[in-house]
Amino acid sequence: MPADGSIGAPDKRREDVRFLTGKGRYTDDINVNGQLYVHFLRSPVAHGRLNGVDTEAARAMPGVVRVFTGDDFADVGGLPCGWQVTDRHGDPMQEPAHPVLARGKVRHVGDPIAAVVAETLNQARDAAETIEVDIEELPAVIDMKAALADDAPKVHDDLKNNLCFDWGFVEENKAAVEEAFQKAAHVTTLELVNQRLVANPMEPRVAIGDYAAHSDESTLYTTSQNPHVIRLLMGAFVLGIPEHKLRVISPDVGGGFGSKIFHYAEEAFCTFAAKQLRRPVKWTSSRSEAFITDCHGRDHVTTIQLALDAENNFTALRTDTHANMGAYLSTFAPSVPTWLHGVLMAGNYKTPLIYVNVKAVFTNTVPVDAYRGAGRPEATYQLERVIDKAARELGVDPIALRRQNFITQFPYATPVAVEYDTGDYVATMDKLEEIADLSGFEKRLAESKARGKLRGLGVNCYIEACGIAPSNLVGQLGARAGLYESATVRVNATGGLVVMTGSHSHGQGHETAFPQVVAGMIGIDPSMVEIVHGDTANTPMGMGTYGSRSLAVGGSAMVRATEKIIAKAKKIAAHLLEASDGDIELKDGQFTVAGTDKSVAWGDVTLAAYVPHNYPLEDLEPGLEETAFYDPANFTYPAGAYACEVEVDPETGKVTIERFSAADDFGNIINPMIVDGQVHGGIGQGIGQALLEGAVYDENGQLLNGSYMDYTMPRADDVPFYAVDHSCQTPCTHNPLGVKGCGEAGAIGSPPSVVNAVVDALVRAGHDITHIDMPLTPSRVWSAMQG
Amino acid sequence: MYAFEFERPRTLDEAVAALADDDAQALAGGQTLIPTLRQRLAMPGKLVSLTAIDALRGLSASGGVLTIGAATTHAEVAQQTDYPALAKLAGGIGDPHVRNRGTIGGSIANNDPSACYPAGVLGSGATVVTNRREIAADDYFTGLFETALDEGEIITAVNFPIPDKAAYAKFDQPASRFALVGVFVSKGKDGVRVAVTGASEGGVFRWAEAEAALASDFSAGALEGLSVDPEGMIGDIHGGPDYRAHLIGVMTRRAVAAAG
Ligand SMILES: Cc1cc2nc3c(=O)[nH]c(=O)nc-3n(C[C@H](O)[C@H](O)[C@H](O)COP(=O)(O)OP(=O)(O)OC[C@H]3O[C@@H](n4cnc5c(N)ncnc54)[C@H](O)[C@@H]3O)c2cc1C
Repeated sequence: MPADGSIGAPDKRREDVRFLTGKGRYTDDINVNGQLYVHFLRSPVAHGRLNGVDTEAARAMPGVVRVFTGDDFADVGGLPCGWQVTDRHGDPMQEPAHPVLARGKVRHVGDPIAAVVAETLNQARDAAETIEVDIEELPAVIDMKAALADDAPKVHDDLKNNLCFDWGFVEENKAAVEEAFQKAAHVTTLELVNQRLVANPMEPRVAIGDYAAHSDESTLYTTSQNPHVIRLLMGAFVLGIPEHKLRVISPDVGGGFGSKIFHYAEEAFCTFAAKQLRRPVKWTSSRSEAFITDCHGRDHVTTIQLALDAENNFTALRTDTHANMGAYLSTFAPSVPTWLHGVLMAGNYKTPLIYVNVKAVFTNTVPVDAYRGAGRPEATYQLERVIDKAARELGVDPIALRRQNFITQFPYATPVAVEYDTGDYVATMDKLEEIADLSGFEKRLAESKARGKLRGLGVNCYIEACGIAPSNLVGQLGARAGLYESATVRVNATGGLVVMTGSHSHGQGHETAFPQVVAGMIGIDPSMVEIVHGDTANTPMGMGTYGSRSLAVGGSAMVRATEKIIAKAKKIAAHLLEASDGDIELKDGQFTVAGTDKSVAWGDVTLAAYVPHNYPLEDLEPGLEETAFYDPANFTYPAGAYACEVEVDPETGKVTIERFSAADDFGNIINPMIVDGQVHGGIGQGIGQALLEGAVYDENGQLLNGSYMDYTMPRADDVPFYAVDHSCQTPCTHNPLGVKGCGEAGAIGSPPSVVNAVVDALVRAGHDITHIDMPLTPSRVWSAMQG
Repeated sequence: MYAFEFERPRTLDEAVAALADDDAQALAGGQTLIPTLRQRLAMPGKLVSLTAIDALRGLSASGGVLTIGAATTHAEVAQQTDYPALAKLAGGIGDPHVRNRGTIGGSIANNDPSACYPAGVLGSGATVVTNRREIAADDYFTGLFETALDEGEIITAVNFPIPDKAAYAKFDQPASRFALVGVFVSKGKDGVRVAVTGASEGGVFRWAEAEAALASDFSAGALEGLSVDPEGMIGDIHGGPDYRAHLIGVMTRRAVAAAG
């Protein structure tokens, strides 16, 4: 095992001391002198014409400073969408306006209608109750297929219909795919729902706007995964504030899972209102509000078909997906069902022909955007379910069928536009069979049976595209931003380092893992390295944290900046040692002239950089601080194989997870303990999706489970102890650390094996079923058993 | 929350006086009332805490009857040994936080159709004691969130006759972990009782057919072939009326088996 603090050591997370002792500093812990509070009056109906908002009584209520409505934002931009998808016919997606406060119409329950700013929160709430809103309720469109009917009510009156885009991928393959299906020896078809989820980070969203009149500078404190992105989007597109007059700070953030990537109306509101009122304005979401305002995830309805030849080789795949966008386009919504989903449809298999069709649909529901995995769980779930179904139909072992079709040669160019650099799917499957003790299954099956329980085994593979993302590629695909990452490494005179990163940590352990990288390169103790993130004033422009990108992209920027530091430090050392810098070696924090015992310590060099008495000033600037931007050459492709064993209570339909095993290939590992934790958390969320979670709307667009009384979050006793292994390592070939990213794998890889296992248990018990839609709640499983 | 006044009387008389105000409301553990207030779904002008009144707290067993003060917490009930089936029921409510605050009086005053105690009280044939009278369990639960309590009436205790055999079998609603269906069975000197919570649109009820079958043969086998009509059962995102009706059978058999 590597020494403490170096790359590969399972160091304990240093940030946990403050998190676990209640000393984290979250956005809601910040209170700015003179701050006001805002309460948003939100639409109680899913769809309605807003005929009038009478705020007169509210304005006269005690403590009220100002009541804003949509009209106050007439001269302000709407919330922008950061990604434009071009549809099958070459047309750009339909892109509706997304006002900060509703104007003309309300489009989902929770759409903000008015904002009351008052001295106290209770005063703001009291006043909001006196606002009279004249809403003419309109029929709501909730079901995606119904939303596409010719006579469906339109969510946005100025669009042609509710179809955001009709995307075909790869359109040129379509005819060849059709042909392959005609020639197929066997075709397996599966219809399934990847249900809508609510991210539910432990910390609800918070925004505080502050304005300094003396400098004309606006500051937004916000619970964001990417403060620079918020600064750019809000400054340039909504409020018209240039970056140098706008500072965005995201301190400790209590989980995001994607839902805190996006630019939200409340952020723009607080920044805008603070400037108007010349006083800070704070908003803290309640949990109930979070359910109807945080972007939701998933919500795909798919038909997938797999074609096989007579030898059970996959010959073609085609999918037809309806993807719910909700009422407005959130920041990255269009990219999720397309470029994060279609390009993953090859999975771990050498299927030569693939065609993906996605119809993105507007409905009167909360906007849907990226949630841990974003598009990749949807792709994995369909593919790994249809393969399991095919194996059953063909009467072959599902693992053998997968193995037979594995990609084994790398690099591998898929028929869906990406090139996998490395991988070894045979190795991860071998490892899985070992850690999951698959050979012991029959014995455990018999034990379950003796206890009156049905046991089942489910296996699946997954692949993901992480390290998001090569800018030139995503630019061609419709991204309206680059997706590089940045780092500034500042060495202090006495040898300590501050690393300023454009990525953001909201649970990922950057403060521990990143110092391991930098300190490891120099050969010093990681406690000498401090990570700074989350403040646009202190960090170079960066794109934040999502898509398992922080280490693969942000870490690579850090490596590049540290390389520059080391190169310069060697020059200084060479001067001090009166040698040539080409002869200087750096090891364990000592600079040595190669082949001699002449050396100077790291601290001597850093001191010389800042106290340049004996220093090559004619050749070199003093100081030791470097910045690097890193734009990846490709995505990274973590992959693995997961196995789940369940027991089903035949009387009640209740599923319990008895064993869960994960064999992942994340390339090189910086801190295995953090990787374990990321995988554990991801699997927990995947089990949540498979068995427990799912937002349910009624036909009028009311969210039926907008609280923890009815929305089931996974709890400790819903999950087993996991067997997690990441010893299969095929390093990424195109980033300097050889890392692939591990943040989303668990959530991507786990739902199919859970569902496969439940189907297996029921089939073994003689039930004639092929599929149950998630979440596999007791009542659903029981109903399936009733036939 | 709306603003309210707060009183914490020491005696029952003071509490009764404080609750005489029209817009005053009793506060026990607050595990139901406080979330309601936070959502602004109730607007009492005054909250009168019952938790400092010694007469409402604690447990005592004598003459085959366990008396539990209304302000006794679920955690305290879970620790008593005189009536193990009731201890188990209390220990299965919510989480430690809820059990350390929530009270038996608050639970049965609220009479949530998915709550556990209503099944325990009805299934034991207990008596609800108030500051004005004694109410038999059969007369006390009158519908969803409805009880026989009058305005301003305070529950002071619940008297449980300790049966020979009893058990509670609860099937959790996955999200809230209240009872999707909970069944309390008991066999005592006044016969067999089977009380069902979580399932019916009318709140907790007694399953008469099962009681009759068990009266002659107190065994899970005696329930064979009995089923509940789904008509009138709750249907929601966690399960339809059919499923709940089915679970009543399953949980009753399990409860009888556990009662031994
Ligand atoms: C997370 C969570 C999980 C839960 N899980 C369960 C569960 O699994 N099973 C279950 O049964 N319950 C469950 N509960 C409810 C819990 O048992 C509550 O404690 C109980 O329902 C109310 O008791 P309380 O003492 O908190 O009452 P409060 O919330 O203080 O009061 C509730 C109502 O009763 C009235 N009241 C209180 N005491 C008296 C009295 N002595 N006389 C007259 N009126 C009175 C109050 O005025 C109020 O109207 C759960 C609650 C939570 C928050």
